[in-house]
Amino acid sequence: MKKLINGVDNIVDEMLEGMVAAYPQYVKRLDGFDVLVRAGGSKGKVALVSGGGSGHEPAHGGYVGKGMLDGAIAGAVFTSPTPDQVYEAIKAADGGKGVLLVIKNYTGDVMNFEMAADMARDEGIEVEQVITADDVAVENSTWTTGRRGIAGTIFVHKIAGACAEAGGSLADVKRVAEKVIENVRSMGMAIDACTVPAAGKPSFDLAEDEIEIGIGIHGEPGVNREKISTVNDIADKLLNKIFAEGIYNSGDEVAVMVNGMGGTPLMELFVANKHVKEVLDSKGIKIAKTLVGNYMTSLYMEGFSITLLKVDDELKKLLNAPADTPAFVQV
Amino acid sequence: MSTKIYDCLKTISEKIIENKDFLTDLDREIGDADHGVNMARGFQAVIEKVPEDEADIGAALKKTGMVLLSTVGGASGPLYGTAFMDAGKVLAGKTELTGADFGASLAAAIEGIKKRGHAEKGEKTMLDALIPAYDALSEKLSGGTDFSEALDTACQAANEGIEYTKTIAATKGRASYLGDRSIGHQDPGATSLTIILETIRDFLK
Repeated sequence: MKKLINGVDNIVDEMLEGMVAAYPQYVKRLDGFDVLVRAGGSKGKVALVSGGGSGHEPAHGGYVGKGMLDGAIAGAVFTSPTPDQVYEAIKAADGGKGVLLVIKNYTGDVMNFEMAADMARDEGIEVEQVITADDVAVENSTWTTGRRGIAGTIFVHKIAGACAEAGGSLADVKRVAEKVIENVRSMGMAIDACTVPAAGKPSFDLAEDEIEIGIGIHGEPGVNREKISTVNDIADKLLNKIFAEGIYNSGDEVAVMVNGMGGTPLMELFVANKHVKEVLDSKGIKIAKTLVGNYMTSLYMEGFSITLLKVDDELKKLLNAPADTPAFVQV
Repeated sequence: MSTKIYDCLKTISEKIIENKDFLTDLDREIGDADHGVNMARGFQAVIEKVPEDEADIGAALKKTGMVLLSTVGGASGPLYGTAFMDAGKVLAGKTELTGADFGASLAAAIEGIKKRGHAEKGEKTMLDALIPAYDALSEKLSGGTDFSEALDTACQAANEGIEYTKTIAATKGRASYLGDRSIGHQDPGATSLTIILETIRDFLK
């Protein structure tokens, strides 16, 4: 395994230092913690705090800035951050109007964030949470862990962030975040796995002609292994599973994200997006906005996910509101 | 000089660190290949942060739980953190450990894990090793078997629990995403739990 690192133990620390060095106008690091907050603070507005394991860059630190997040916690690679770190992020981001935690639905993330939320509430900080679970690859069920939160989480950051920036109350911000969560679905795939630095071996093995459908963003195996076909065929498979949700129908308007997993060239993502548009056009579904790029990665995994978000006037307005962050700028 | 409880925790930590790659490999099959790495990081911190001269078993376990909570991350951090902290609560002030004390601490750990993880037996988790171990220990102790022999039986039950996890699909944690594809693989959490129990057994011999 070849990696451009100095040592596996200090990757997250050095990455955060590098991000602060690159974007001092946007972010600063909390002393002694793996937490980035807005350089100018978040006084007088509802604060949005998210985070998770590292290895998903630019998520989540790259979305700290005007119109999106107020704080982001970076755990070890693919490992949820610990409650003490999340607690510090909540305290630092709180601008006096309460804090909304945007948690991706993983057993560890939910437990660690909830413990931190309890600690912060004990200190008198108003904390609410939403849990993103957009991955349709995983069957939903009340008695299992349920669906994973993946790239659709970025739409929650964007839309809830715009609501908070516009002066929305904690209840408002939580309501639009939940509206996004209800209307967003994603599905991903990989043509090759990735290697977590500290593990030193690929997280799964695929033969030269095999692909993994229904992959998450942590190198965990997907739900089906099959032979490789064309990107159009693969995109159809992902879209069909998303359409099977019954949310997206003729006459609806959607935002689209074709998200790279870190190791797939933009060239291939654009090829995929061409087909996504064709399929949506053929179904009479309007496209309000399209994002193509590496928004929620899985180190350098080769693969992509497709996300659809059904928008109404409220969500569309918030989606198109300005944002100014290291990884997402919209005027 | 270090206390007996510190030495025991240090031995557990060394054993977990020794099994880092093994646990990570198990997690690679059905999870996200980080269980050993995270546990090793946490227990390295236990060696460094639990005071060597702490004689109060409850206090030492509570500290261990807090260290794990702030260093392991993932799902194992809150679960092992809660287990050690809750076990520590029932052993507060104790400097010697009887079989009954140990049983009570396991019971507290089980309740803590269930509550924190919203999990029950049969979901392919650490509980599938811990609950049978506790049941076996309680049964032996109440039948008059001495602590050391009861611990042997408990470890045997934990190992049978690991075997049992191979036969079921996970409904909790990342392995649950695999559905029936998780069948045939042993649960990494049940495995690390059993390693800890066996280390305690060997240490007390």
